[in-house]
Amino acid sequence: MDIRPILSTLNRHRITTCLLVLQIALTCAIVCNAVFLIHQRLQQMDIASGVAEHELVQIRFAYIGDRPDAYAQAQTDLATLRQVAGVQSVALANQLPLSGEDMSSSGLKLHPHQQQNSLEAASYYGQNLLPTLGVRLISGRDFQPDELLDLKAVMPALHGGDMKNLPHTVIVAQAVAARLWPGENALGKTIYVGDDIPLQVIGVSAPLARPDNLQMGAQYSVVLPIRLTATEGGSYVIRTAPGDRERVLRSALAALKQLDPDRIVLEQRTYDELRHGFFENDRAMAGMLAGVIIALLIVTALGIAGLSSFWVGQRRRTIGVRRALGATRSDILHYFQTENFLLATIGIALGMALAYGINLLLMMHYELPRLPGVYLPVGALALWTIGQLAVLGPALRASHVPPVVATRSV
Amino acid sequence: MFGYYFDLAVHSLRRNKVLTALMVLAIALGIGASMTTLTVLHVLSGNPLPGRSSTLYVPQLDPRDMGDYQAQGEPPDQVTWIDGMNLLQAKRADHQALMTGGSVAIQPAQAALDPFYETARYTTADFFPMFGVPFQYGHGWGVSEDADSAAVVVISSKLNDKLFGGSDSSGRMLRVEGHALRIIGVLGDWRPNPHFYDLNVKNYGGSEGVYLPLSTSQALHLAHLGGANCWGNGGADATPTAPCVWLQFWVQLDTPEQTATYRQFLIHYSQEQKSLGRFQRPPNVRLRNLMQWLDYEQVVPGDVQLQTWLALGFLLVCLVNTVGLMLAKFLRRSAELGVRRALGASRRALFMQLLVESGVIGVAGGLGGLLLAYLGLWLVRRQPTDYAPLAHLDGAMLLMTFLLAIGASLLAGGLPAWRACRIAPGLQLKSP
Repeated sequence: MDIRPILSTLNRHRITTCLLVLQIALTCAIVCNAVFLIHQRLQQMDIASGVAEHELVQIRFAYIGDRPDAYAQAQTDLATLRQVAGVQSVALANQLPLSGEDMSSSGLKLHPHQQQNSLEAASYYGQNLLPTLGVRLISGRDFQPDELLDLKAVMPALHGGDMKNLPHTVIVAQAVAARLWPGENALGKTIYVGDDIPLQVIGVSAPLARPDNLQMGAQYSVVLPIRLTATEGGSYVIRTAPGDRERVLRSALAALKQLDPDRIVLEQRTYDELRHGFFENDRAMAGMLAGVIIALLIVTALGIAGLSSFWVGQRRRTIGVRRALGATRSDILHYFQTENFLLATIGIALGMALAYGINLLLMMHYELPRLPGVYLPVGALALWTIGQLAVLGPALRASHVPPVVATRSV
Repeated sequence: MFGYYFDLAVHSLRRNKVLTALMVLAIALGIGASMTTLTVLHVLSGNPLPGRSSTLYVPQLDPRDMGDYQAQGEPPDQVTWIDGMNLLQAKRADHQALMTGGSVAIQPAQAALDPFYETARYTTADFFPMFGVPFQYGHGWGVSEDADSAAVVVISSKLNDKLFGGSDSSGRMLRVEGHALRIIGVLGDWRPNPHFYDLNVKNYGGSEGVYLPLSTSQALHLAHLGGANCWGNGGADATPTAPCVWLQFWVQLDTPEQTATYRQFLIHYSQEQKSLGRFQRPPNVRLRNLMQWLDYEQVVPGDVQLQTWLALGFLLVCLVNTVGLMLAKFLRRSAELGVRRALGASRRALFMQLLVESGVIGVAGGLGGLLLAYLGLWLVRRQPTDYAPLAHLDGAMLLMTFLLAIGASLLAGGLPAWRACRIAPGLQLKSP
């Protein structure tokens, strides 16, 4: 189809044409970036925690006042919980992956006296941790029960530099081993934490995500041989069959309350609820972005439809003349469709440059990665489709203009 | 004349209802989305203590060891117990308070209420006069209570309502973590947002239920809640000797001279501590006032800023859309406008007439936008974020909605009106 007549018509409506192109360009740029942002959020929400997510429940409670016998109480609690019907395994943990709270982490160094940390890893500790969470050991061994130190003894030892009461061993997650010793066997290697406390790697675990600050390396975590109690912020983690979770949670709480009514339950949830809560903001943001994309496309579609109707109305006589001179209905239809396609193409071309520019700005201010090229065709396709759909109605109406209009005066 | 233009506008708009609805809808959507996000931004970046904020400062020191040292780095956000106490006792400012957050179990006297946890603030006496905290009953404590680790407590009006049905509870006892503390004051309405004095706990809606002397919290071994940053071996954070920062220190400095003097004092203090061997890094101090502090801490969530930009982009698209539609509409009426010109209407009069027409669309769009903004804010309040309950439209933002709507539509109507009233009168009168 010859596009010269289209161009000359558009040239006579320069301002309107420019506005339409500008609107398409802006929509294209915003949609590309918004879709990219949504994809980013969804990708983040897809991260593997590494634990047996559908089989875990968590109970956190606190005592009122000081509890000197907290360690004995913790052992009684654990023994009681193991007796509850349906319980497969019980742990007492300082924090859980993707819980977004109580972040405990340590800077790891490869050599003593190293100035900068080699990496920052979340430190997990507690009793019976890895088996209960369902985190496999890839190589090496888990801690022996007698290897575990009490947190209340470790804290003063850290301060006094008393090596006897400090941990000597560590289990590192796969990602940490791969980063610190690429291509080598991590077992037997030594890392240094704090004021050069040496820790020997005795095991490498399957991936285990951090509780928070995922941007610092989502899978960087280590496990330390330390035992803690509920008064020190520990929570009970119970592993059970997925179908038994609600029932086990109820009976576990009842058993603990019966053991000692003088405590306050701070948290009782399944791991799925915990994970759902962690990504709530991302989910809300993704929903909001999706809403804006839809609203934007609707507004643009309506705008194109409105302007096309106007143009059709304005050119009724011209269309009539063309029809009288032998143009078929489909010629008229194609004329308006081609016109719209041309406008959309110019708008999309401009929009891509703009999308790239907006992405650069976002990268500067919001720690976003570069917009992958694949989003540009997606935006283009969306706008071509929207444009063609929007112009279809007015174009069909134009094609039904009878040739006799040419003979009437307006 | 305005009335006549208005009639003309309504008449013209009614001639093409679908198109008018389209323009109104576009403006309403744009305004609604922008006002929703701008209101959230306005609420979140608000001044928690108007009138006082410019005289409140956060002194920052760098007590860390040389591990991970970087020249030009920022000092920690909080202070150690030792530095906090030193600065507090130096009394170089008009008011100064050292504080940290906590969480304590409350055991109500009534058997009907189960024990529960309440957020607490452990602070020194100047907290109340320095931040201008209002009291409903009783009063805060003084320097002597701080020195004696007195068993006194101040509670929020919300907690007072819960425990004592809102009556004057000063003088009564409150069981906190198994210890009996005497209530000496009940706060009035005190909900500073953002929770500026401790951004480690919760940025919004984080006002505490219980306030007690910092020394008392140490004496009773009450649990610390909030951020702690340690270096070296770290160790038990939130203890007086640990190499950790976990306390917030605020000072009130009324004049620029005082601020300059205090900054010098902080540098001297750092040098002195370095020569004593306690500090290892070269003096690295900051003295930010409240609003600078909120800015530095990036208290407004990045998502909210992003949403605001997105909404403004959306408004821009809606405006371009409206300009295009109005232009088409006005140009189509060239014949009518030509007749008016030929009959003697000035170009200015035509311009005004068209502008009134776009203004009508703007007002309608603004009203629609306002409704959509209310709907949008209702949706925001249902979100799981800690700032969600704050998202309400206030008077200033209401006014701004209308200004934005009228401004936007005049802007959108201006170009088409100008273009349309430039037609030559004679041309349009000829029959085609």
